[in-house]
Amino acid sequence: MSRISIDQVKHVADLARLAITDEEAEMFAKQLDAIITFAEQLNELDTENVPPTSHVLDMRNVMREDIPEPGLPREEVLKNAPDQQDGQFRVPAILE
Amino acid sequence: MSLFDHSVQELHTLLQKKEVSVSDLVDESYRRIGEVEEKVQAFLTLNEEQARAKAKELDDRLAKGEETNPLFGLPIGIKDNIVTKGLRTTCASKILYNFDPIYDATVMERLHAAGAITIGKLNMDEFAMGSSTENSGFQLTRNPWDVERVPGGSSGGSAASVAAGEVPFALGSDTGGSIRQPAAFCGVVGLKPTYGRVSRFGLVAFASSLDQIGPITRTVEDNAYLLQAIAGVDPMDSTSANVPVPNYVEALTGDIKGLKIAVPKEYLGEGVDEGVRQSVLAALAVLEKLGAAWEEVSLPHSKYALATYYLLASSEASANLARFDGVRYGYRTDNAKNLIDMYKLTRSEGFGAEVKRRIMLGTFALSSGYYDAYYKKAQKVRTLIKRDFENVFEQYDVIIGPTTPTPAFKIGEKTNDPLTMYMNDILTIPVNLAGVPAISVPCGFVDGLPVGLQIIGKHFDESTVYRVAHAFEQATDYHKQKPVL
Repeated sequence: MSRISIDQVKHVADLARLAITDEEAEMFAKQLDAIITFAEQLNELDTENVPPTSHVLDMRNVMREDIPEPGLPREEVLKNAPDQQDGQFRVPAILE
Repeated sequence: MSLFDHSVQELHTLLQKKEVSVSDLVDESYRRIGEVEEKVQAFLTLNEEQARAKAKELDDRLAKGEETNPLFGLPIGIKDNIVTKGLRTTCASKILYNFDPIYDATVMERLHAAGAITIGKLNMDEFAMGSSTENSGFQLTRNPWDVERVPGGSSGGSAASVAAGEVPFALGSDTGGSIRQPAAFCGVVGLKPTYGRVSRFGLVAFASSLDQIGPITRTVEDNAYLLQAIAGVDPMDSTSANVPVPNYVEALTGDIKGLKIAVPKEYLGEGVDEGVRQSVLAALAVLEKLGAAWEEVSLPHSKYALATYYLLASSEASANLARFDGVRYGYRTDNAKNLIDMYKLTRSEGFGAEVKRRIMLGTFALSSGYYDAYYKKAQKVRTLIKRDFENVFEQYDVIIGPTTPTPAFKIGEKTNDPLTMYMNDILTIPVNLAGVPAISVPCGFVDGLPVGLQIIGKHFDESTVYRVAHAFEQATDYHKQKPVL
């Protein structure tokens, strides 16, 4: 019995902006369940007083002078766009 | 005899003496590609016209005066997740099948400045997610030692191209073993530098707290030359470390007398192939003969590294890969009527199965109600794993073990079960979690397949890692053996 339900998988897919078929949802439920079950071995460890690693080196905020510099040329930036119009990225309708 | 049987230093001397030209080297690269690429299939994109033009330009420069950079005029292969201005960069994903970068990664700028010539872009597991290069959205790369076997991954194209003699060296990237594991499988030398040693600007991000670019070469010395060219702080990557870069080639003294080696019992235990174990023990005996001493130690949290890694790397990937939405670059579906559908269909049609699986896992681990139980827990265990290394490095100079539990496996052997495939990385992953540098050097053969010795060092101590690897290499001849294609 999978502890990760098909509905849960569909919810996660929606969050991740992935369209998945019912077949894929079933497959992901099984595979995610196996991986999550494997990952739960971490619960064997007492980490009550262990700080989480936020950065692996002893580094703090890296600052620089805030000096404006020219960005990339618009034409270049749009070069790879699947669709464009009037110097903008064009997308399908946002409102129905 | 190929020109690429020469080391970087020898090729440099040949160029200086005008015994070979830059064009000869580029010709040799494409000649060899013409000869073996059908079998190996390491390259996704070739840069032939531009490379030949560049070779002419560099030959002119060479005729006019001395060019002292050791990489001047040398051909190089680049993993296809490193952006190259004007040269298609796909991450082996259909979602970037037509992506033409508008800037160069910092490592590319540095290679251009050194005078290296890009021969082409190398195959990989899609977005570097995989251990066999079977997850490429475009083609299967084969192991030059046995074309029925995988080259490893995710930098499988990089390792295979170097082993096959198509290029003298290549760049790969390593998030959980993606340089070292394919280097081990293909019998070449691969280094994952300390996290922050090499700029990640222009490396398409998979797991930003783990990713590092590094060199794949035939010898340790060549590796040191290539790292020298790409290492150092970069204002475009705030996680690149402002730590002086030493002269790596000068570190290759051959002298390892008094060196203290730690051998984690967890790295030679269950699941490690007996032939691999014997090769590593024989390598330790060689190092002992050279004056080093080794002792067994424990990295007690090793068994938790794999679970920690998959939670953290997938979580970071789910955030990093959100940018592939069909708006600014790459593939866009033709089948959508509104924006949300466009996002969903573009991503579903553009990403392969493993990438989707990791995005799903990462999104789940970061989602409301599960964040503390999975993501945060893994971040805490990462601290314990890092402390394991710190404790050992208080008393030892390097940690040594195998790079992989087994030699290269057969194509298709592990594709059905993600967890079995993940087990491959069990010896390389802890290194990324701790952020320390590690190299894989050839240390033997099992049934005709190369075995890799992994040498792990302290943060920013690539010099010691290289020194040990070089001393071992010079005392053995595994690096001189070549696959027959």
